[in-house]
Formats: sequence, C-alpha cells, structure tokens
Amino acid sequence: MDLHELTIHQAEALLKKREISSKELVKALLERIDTFDDTIGAYLTIDEKGALKQAEDADKRLADLTPDAYAADDAPPLLGIPIALKDLLCTKGLKTTCASKILENFVPQYDSFAVSKLKKAGAVILGKTNMDEFAMGSSTENSGFKLTRNPWNPDHIPGGSSGGSAASIAACMATGSLGSDTGGSIRQPASHCGVVGLKPTYGRVSRFGLVSYASSLDQIGPITRDVKDAALMMNVISGHDEMDSTSADIDVPDFTSGLSMFEKNGLKGMKAGIPKEFLSVKGLDPDVEKAFMNSKKILENLGVEIIEVSLPHTEYTIAAYYVIAPSEASSNLARFDGVKYGFRDKTCDNLIDMYKKTKSKGFGNEVQRRIIIGTYALSAGYYDAYYGRASKVRSLIMDDFKNAFKQCDIIISPVAPTPAFKIGEHIDDPLTMYLSDIFTLSANMAGIPGISIPCGLSSKGLPIGLQMMADRFDELSLIRAGYGFEQNVNLSMRFPDLKNLG
Amino acid sequence: MRFEPVIGLEVHAQLKTKTKIFCSCSTKFGAPPNKNTCPVCTGMPGVLPVLNKQAVSFAIRCALATNCAIAHESRFDRKNYFYPDLPKGYQISQYAMPIAEHGHLDIESENGNRTTIGITRIHMEEDAGKLIHDAARSKTMVDLNRTGVPLVEIVSEPDIRSPKEAGAYLRKLHSIVQYIDVCDGNMEEGSFRCDANISLRPVGEKKFGTRTELKNLNSFRHVEKALQYEIERQAYILEDGKKIVQETRLWDPAKSRTISMRSKEEAHDYRYFPEPDLVPLIVDDQWIAKEKENLPELPEKRKARFIADYKIPSYDAEVLTSTRELADYFETASKNIKNKKQVSHWVMGPVLGLLKAKSTDIKNSPVSPEMLAELITLIENRTITAGAAKTVFEEMISSDKNPVTIVKEKGLEQVKDNTELENIINQVIEANPNELEAYKKGKTKLFSFFMGQIMKKTRGKADPAAVTELLKTKL
Ligand SMILES: [Zn+2]
Repeated sequence: MDLHELTIHQAEALLKKREISSKELVKALLERIDTFDDTIGAYLTIDEKGALKQAEDADKRLADLTPDAYAADDAPPLLGIPIALKDLLCTKGLKTTCASKILENFVPQYDSFAVSKLKKAGAVILGKTNMDEFAMGSSTENSGFKLTRNPWNPDHIPGGSSGGSAASIAACMATGSLGSDTGGSIRQPASHCGVVGLKPTYGRVSRFGLVSYASSLDQIGPITRDVKDAALMMNVISGHDEMDSTSADIDVPDFTSGLSMFEKNGLKGMKAGIPKEFLSVKGLDPDVEKAFMNSKKILENLGVEIIEVSLPHTEYTIAAYYVIAPSEASSNLARFDGVKYGFRDKTCDNLIDMYKKTKSKGFGNEVQRRIIIGTYALSAGYYDAYYGRASKVRSLIMDDFKNAFKQCDIIISPVAPTPAFKIGEHIDDPLTMYLSDIFTLSANMAGIPGISIPCGLSSKGLPIGLQMMADRFDELSLIRAGYGFEQNVNLSMRFPDLKNLG
Repeated sequence: MRFEPVIGLEVHAQLKTKTKIFCSCSTKFGAPPNKNTCPVCTGMPGVLPVLNKQAVSFAIRCALATNCAIAHESRFDRKNYFYPDLPKGYQISQYAMPIAEHGHLDIESENGNRTTIGITRIHMEEDAGKLIHDAARSKTMVDLNRTGVPLVEIVSEPDIRSPKEAGAYLRKLHSIVQYIDVCDGNMEEGSFRCDANISLRPVGEKKFGTRTELKNLNSFRHVEKALQYEIERQAYILEDGKKIVQETRLWDPAKSRTISMRSKEEAHDYRYFPEPDLVPLIVDDQWIAKEKENLPELPEKRKARFIADYKIPSYDAEVLTSTRELADYFETASKNIKNKKQVSHWVMGPVLGLLKAKSTDIKNSPVSPEMLAELITLIENRTITAGAAKTVFEEMISSDKNPVTIVKEKGLEQVKDNTELENIINQVIEANPNELEAYKKGKTKLFSFFMGQIMKKTRGKADPAAVTELLKTKL
C-alpha cells in the first residue's frame, strides 16, 4: 500500500482503525515532495515542521478517541489528513504570497475561514501551492516565482490558476487540497491533471481570508482524487460566515448523501442538458470531443436522459467576464501599494513615484494587464459601455441558466477545449488563453456550482475532464451524478507515472 | 452688475457608534496612533467588510430628522483613489443608490423669514485615516485609527443664497444631529465637517454659473467667511468680464482667503462601481418605524412648544433649543418654577456667560439646573432680591455650596421689615442734605442716586419696589 496514493476517505478509515498514523502519512508525502517537487513545482511553501507537529497532535487525538466516538462519527472529520492549500488562502503565521513578488514575505495574522474550518476538522496543513499570480491565468505560468509542470507530462502546463493544488493531488504530494475558482481555476487544472475539482455555488463557502481577485466571482473549493473526497471536504468548508456578507445563510446538506443517493437510486430519472451553443465552439480538440461523447454515452447507460438546452448568451460570456473580473481586480489590488505591507520600491523620491515603481516591479505582466483593462473599463465615460453592459450580460447569463435548469438537473460539457497545452505555447497570446475559458466562465458568471471529473486520456496521454454544472446550491446533484459517472468510467490509468521524474 | 450667490453644502457627520462601520474596532477619539485598527480597517489581504447595523440605524435617524425619503434598498459602491490614508485604495461609500434622498430643512434667514433648504441626499461611507507629518525626521506617518469610522454625508440642494443662510443651515443641521444623538458635533475633532459649493449669477438669471468647491472649513465662522471671500473673489472676476475656473479651493484661515487646490482637469476619476463584498442594504418599514420611535423631539418642535407652553420669546426659545443639552438644562431648571421667563433670563444670561468665561459647555456647567432652580425659587418666594441673587450665583460657582446655605451664611435674606428699611432711608436722606435740596428744586434725576445709596447700604437685600415706594413718600 502506497500511503501517498490514499484518498481522504481511505486514509481516514486507516487512521481510525489505527493501521496508519497521521505522522506516517505526512512523512510519506513529505518524502514524495522531496523526490518529485523539484521537477513538478507544485509547492511554494512546504511547512515540514508545522505539518509533522500537527500530525503528532492529530495522532494524540486519534489515540484518545474511544471506539464509541468512531462509531458515532464524532471524530473530527479530517483528523490527521494532510492538505495542500492554494497560496491565495491566508494562513496564520504561514507565508501567503498569492504567487506575487509584491507579497513575497507576507505572513497573515489570521486564517481564512475555510482554513480555520479545516484546522478545526483536524486537517494537517502541508504547505502552500503555486498558482497564477493573484489567480490570474489558466496555466500557472503567471506565477511570480516558478513554473508548475503537469505530472502527466512535464512539458505541459498543469492548468490554472490552481495549478499547484491540482498537480499536488495528481502527483500524490498531498491527500487533499483547496483551490479557488474565479473563471475555471479549480475545474480546468483538475481536468488537465486528471483529478476532481469542485467549484461550489457562489456564497456556499466563505471568502474571508481568500485574497480577492474578482469578489463577485471568486469561490473556494476542493481539488481531490475522487468525488467522495470532494464531498467530505465540502462538508467541512461550507457554511455561513458572519465575516463574509456574501456567504449564504442557508442550510448545508451532508454532501456525502449525494453518494448514497447514487448507491440507492442510481442516476435514473436524472436529466442532463447539453447546451447547443457549446457544441459549436471553435477549436474543440478531437480527443476532447471524443471523450465528451463517450462520457455522454456512459451517462445514458446509467439511465440519464440527455437533452439539448440553450444558453443563448454564451457568445458574450468571455467578453463580459473579461470586463467584470479585471474591473473588480483593478480595485481589489489597489491595496498593494507599498505603504503598509508587502514589497515597496525603495528607489522612489515621492509618493506617486513610489506607487508607480512598487506596482510596476511588484506585479507581473498579466496582473498589470488586467489592472489596466479594469481601470479603463471603470473610467468615467466608459463605465456604462463596459462595466454597465457586462453586468447586464451577466444577468442575462443567469437567466439562461435559470431557464435551462427548468428542463434538466445538470448541464454537461467539456471543461476545456483542449488538453493541457505545452509550457510557453500561449504565453505571448493572452487572447487564446482567455478563449480557452469558454466552458468554465459561465458558472462563475451565474454563481452556480460546477465539477470537473476525469473522463479520459488524450492520444498523447494527457487527462481530459468532464464538466457538470447544476443549479444554485444544488451541489448534491453534481456529487450524485459525478460519483455515478466516476464509478462507471473506464480510465486506463489513475495516476501518472512519475518514475522518470524523480 | 449685481450678483446672487448660489450655495450648496456637503456635510460629513461622524456617527457616534461604538465600533467602526465595517469592523469591530473602537471609534474612540484620541487613542495612540494605529491602536484602534484590525486587519479589516487596515486593508490586509483577504479580509471583508461587514456592515455595522447601528450605523444604518443612525443614518435612518438622520434621514427622518431631515425629512428625507428612505430607500428600502440602497447599495454600497467603491470610490477608488490612491492615498496613504486610504489603506484599501478605495473608500466604501454609497454613490448610485444612497440610503436617503429628497429631504429638506427649514431655516430662519437674516430678516427672520423662513426659508426651505432642500437636501439632495444622505449617504453612508467610511472615514479615511490621517497623515501625520514629522518635520523633525522629515517623514510622513499614517494613523489609521479614524479609518472606517462611519460617516453620513448630507448634501444640500444649491438653495442657499448667502453666507449667513449657509451658517444658519449648518447650525441647524449641527443641532439636529446632536439632538437625535447620532453625532457628537465636535468640529475640532472633525466629527462634523463641511465643504461648500458656490457660484454667482446675475440677479434674475435662472442658469447657474461656474462653481468652485471650498474645503478646509473647520468652523461655522470659517464657512461664512470663506463664502463671503469667495463671493467677492468671483464677483471681481465676473465684473472684469472673465470666467470662473471650476476648481477646488482651500480656505486659508490665517490669511482669510481661498487658494486653488486642483482644477477640474486634475479632478480624480473615482471609478465608482458596486461594492461586490457587500450585499444590497435592505431597510424595511419596521426598521424605519423603530428608528422613528427612537427619535427625540426635534429642535423646531421643541422651540414651538417652548414658545407656546412656557410663554418665552421666540428668540429665547431659539437659543435655548439650539442644543439638546441646553434645552434639557432649561427644562430641568424650570420644572417647578412658575415664571419660565425668569429661568430663560438666568440661563441665557448668567449661565451661558459663565460657560463662555470658563470656556466649557452646558454638560459641564459648574451650576447644575437643580441649583439654579433653587436659586430662582428663592427669588420667586421673595427670600432674596434679584440683586442678592447675583451675589449668591457668584458664590455658588466659587464655593460649590447650595443657594439656601449661601443666603443663610451671608445673611442675604431680603429686608422685609418696613421700619428697618425706613430707618435706612432716613439715614441716607440725612447724610445727603445737598442732594435732597437739589431734588426738591426739581432735579428728579437724583431719585436714582438715593436708590443706589439705599441699595448699597442694604447690600442688595431690600426689595427695590418697596424701597421706591417708601422713598417717594419720604422725599
Ligand atoms: Zn478594524
């Protein structure tokens, strides 16, 4: 048994039976990181000492738990489970850089809500993972510090922006992880790395402590080895938080009930919509198309009725997204001004000069590009034409989904038009990069949940993901259908072969 | 050419909530720099604002007291600009959908006419911090204690036509926000601040002229002076056939003039957009009704009641109701006194004079309303004369003793015995034979000389009316 390959639920069972200890598990993963992360580059910060200490504490608590407590499921749900966190999530006392030079040495005084929930649930924090700077990108190439390579093929990108988290799961360098998704940043890297990524409904998970990229679109979610793990992590991180006014004050279901729903009733009676506008997307890779058609067949075989639906405003999604997200970003990133914390340029001779030099040197190109786009879009005289119109498009997209979900339970589509491209392939071509977000952006625009589940490998051996989306706060349908799909899809390989990388 | 000034005022009033508008830091003034701060108000990465409900309640009260319509749904926006005292790089404010609109205040203008000044809108926002310039080290420091203190901005219509009117409107608003207990009104500490917009137009003209915005107006007097200066400056330019430049001007109190700060071209583009970290603010009728209940009697109503119920002159009522504390003081003091005019006379004269001399306010008055009531009762039941009362009042301030004790100790009871009084009058007449002669020859003015001598001898203890009567018969 390879400890590093364990899923959360497998590890949890073994920990509870005391067949393994959390310390053993953490050590196995640290060893794995030691061997492969020089090549993969999933982590920005590895908290070896902290993780071992937390594992020891978890082992003590595990030893103290009575068999009755296990039986009653009173044990903290993630006790002793090693988790990797996207470096956009603030961690008390642990460097949080957002993969930006401007926050290179920033150590928060507080945990983000999701992190404190994980800690309360007994999780062990292994470290912080690489990402596109401030979550702006789809390849993790925009990290201010380093590249992350796709564990399935190191010449390829892992996807982004949560590329480090996805790679850490695919390369078995963490048992579970958290990412954030503003336009596909959980689902797309999960797809590219052959793991499961769930973006919850906007408002399901508190954003407190998540460094904001685009406040009205950002959402934290799990990246895991399977759907059950995603459900387990969702149980821990979901819920209302007084510190986030946009977090929803509604009941949180037991997400694992989605699994039992499948086990009891299968997927019979479920309807899955395929938006006709998605099929006419240009540049859809034949391997992706094939994998998607195959996935459709698997669902049909499970008794899912497939229907065609329409999302008429799909063609405006990218344009509207790339106005709203940069607009909010231009304001959210204003605080990194060199005055109170983070990087400050010391060669300046006045205030304006300090602002200019600090931001020009501290932010990478993509971040500066989006700040400029957003600043322009919000400017007097342009606001109505850009931000105003984009907001209108956004409500139309919301209506599109509302109407679609009157006809179906879930909407299915590819996650990305192509498998992971080569490192450097599109680095000077932001537009192509933006266009590759076509299938994932709309879930953020509409605030609905979406999941990416491995559904095949390309002819070159790169993973391909299937996206499922559901109505607001209906993550259960995603978990039920996702789990059912996962049980029935035939993948030739579960893990990439890293033999030659070590 | 004769010009008419067109003035609009923007008032920022700090709401006296215990905690800041979007975090739980204290709003107390005067703490050591950056003591009242937390990750939220210092704009650390990843933190989010949470709206303080009390601040909303106070804003609703402001809206009710200024006759505004309250929006059932309003929204917060971000006002983006860079400055070191603004840690997030934007101020959370209300722009497109303020909490209240379309209000008005009635004021009394110079000639005693009542004028209505429209209120365009009231919106909520957070205050910025402060820069402290350390000349010795040639460094500038940032103090973020004030960052996130809740404010309401109350914007008037350009309905004001003179600096005096502006002063009257401000004083009225100043008194209202204190009355309704939402702002301490302290102008020195910046709790109540004002910017003014002013333009001139030829009398009779309907169109507005080009306006300037005046800043750094730290007192009512400065507002009036700056507006007066600006009227003269603009008139001078217009009479010369030149054009007014639309700009922001800074009042320099030391030189009593306004100076250009920035022109329209240099004005900020604040790039307002809806604050995505907050949800729309919903205020239902129930909430409004609750705040209505919390609203005390407003100065205007209280003034009318003072005139009607206490039979005191309009001017007295105006002064007495100018602050809630003063009006409360007056009502406490006059509770058991029949002649309210007597109380108003004492409050407006000796008491306010005393406060001015000691440069303190009514809350810290050395003479409590109860003590004053005791003193006035002594006058009313003719235990002491009005003259003796002044002595007692002085003694009350310096000795802290109550009036009854002072009267006893100093033997200040009114001389009511007529024979004793007659003796004194006789003594005085005998001691001044020359004056008596002159009086008898028709120099009747000398009556007051005799009065004075008698009052002096009785040390003010004699009832002047009784003395007058007796003296008349004696002379
Ligand atoms: Zn604070």
